[in-house]
Amino acid sequence: MASEQEIFEQVREVLVDALAVDEDEVSMESTLVDDLGAESIDLLDIVFQLEKKFNIKINRGELIPTEKLDDPQYVQEGKLTEAGLAMLKEALPSADLETFSQNPVIQNLAKVLAVRDLVYLVSTKLG
Amino acid sequence: MRWFWMDRYTAFESGKRAQAIKAITRSEEHLSDHFPGYPVMPIALVIEGMAQAAGVLIHQYYGFSKKIVLGKIPRLAFTDVDLVPGDILIYDIEVDYIRDEGSMVSVQVHRDGKQIAEGAIVFAHLGEEYADQPLYGAGDLDNLVRAFGVFDVGVSADGKPLADPSLTRE
Repeated sequence: MASEQEIFEQVREVLVDALAVDEDEVSMESTLVDDLGAESIDLLDIVFQLEKKFNIKINRGELIPTEKLDDPQYVQEGKLTEAGLAMLKEALPSADLETFSQNPVIQNLAKVLAVRDLVYLVSTKLG
Repeated sequence: MRWFWMDRYTAFESGKRAQAIKAITRSEEHLSDHFPGYPVMPIALVIEGMAQAAGVLIHQYYGFSKKIVLGKIPRLAFTDVDLVPGDILIYDIEVDYIRDEGSMVSVQVHRDGKQIAEGAIVFAHLGEEYADQPLYGAGDLDNLVRAFGVFDVGVSADGKPLADPSLTRE
């Protein structure tokens, strides 16, 4: 079974390719949007490349639980509710939600994603 | 008017692969200026042709019901860019991933049996929030798809000829 470091190195290869960033710019703590400059279409490219590299399937909503954002239990007036934040924490257990929780507007949701979340997701898929 | 940078399909397998051709002709207006005395097809238009050929392949898979837009070209390399009138470009497209939210295809371009380009294209599939923003005028898409020969050479995933939905639409 691949170690976390080995998975990170392969995830980093994907990110260097998909986002045209230098290898040394990518750390476990780098956020995809703010630190590495990813746009929404890049997330799709990254998902496809991760699936190919690791021979896994990443379903819609596994990276960001977008399908639940229509539920008023989780989102009200464009912001995640307490229940929404709890749902997000469960869906993305590796994510650092501290900053996002202070102003949890859904437009900023993709900004919580960091490299470690990709590594975590791949690790769980690989078992 | 729309610019189309592929002429027609020569193979079309729903949701899987397609082959399209583009014959470069001296009468294409832009070739007078690109470049005077030395007409060369702009590579940007070759890329557009690749994207159009691939985009219709994805579009057909969803029964032309989704809005499919070019999102990203993550990989593309040309080994020859000297493409001149008389050349026939062959676009081979293979679907790598196709999901509700987006798709990715691999594309190869050949001329005279030799590969001159290889790359990948990511398409975004727009959601319901774009339902009131049609990409085509009434009937334009039907005409385009028919003119490209989708229903002349197209087959479904199980090999049956594709039916033209505009003929049975109420």
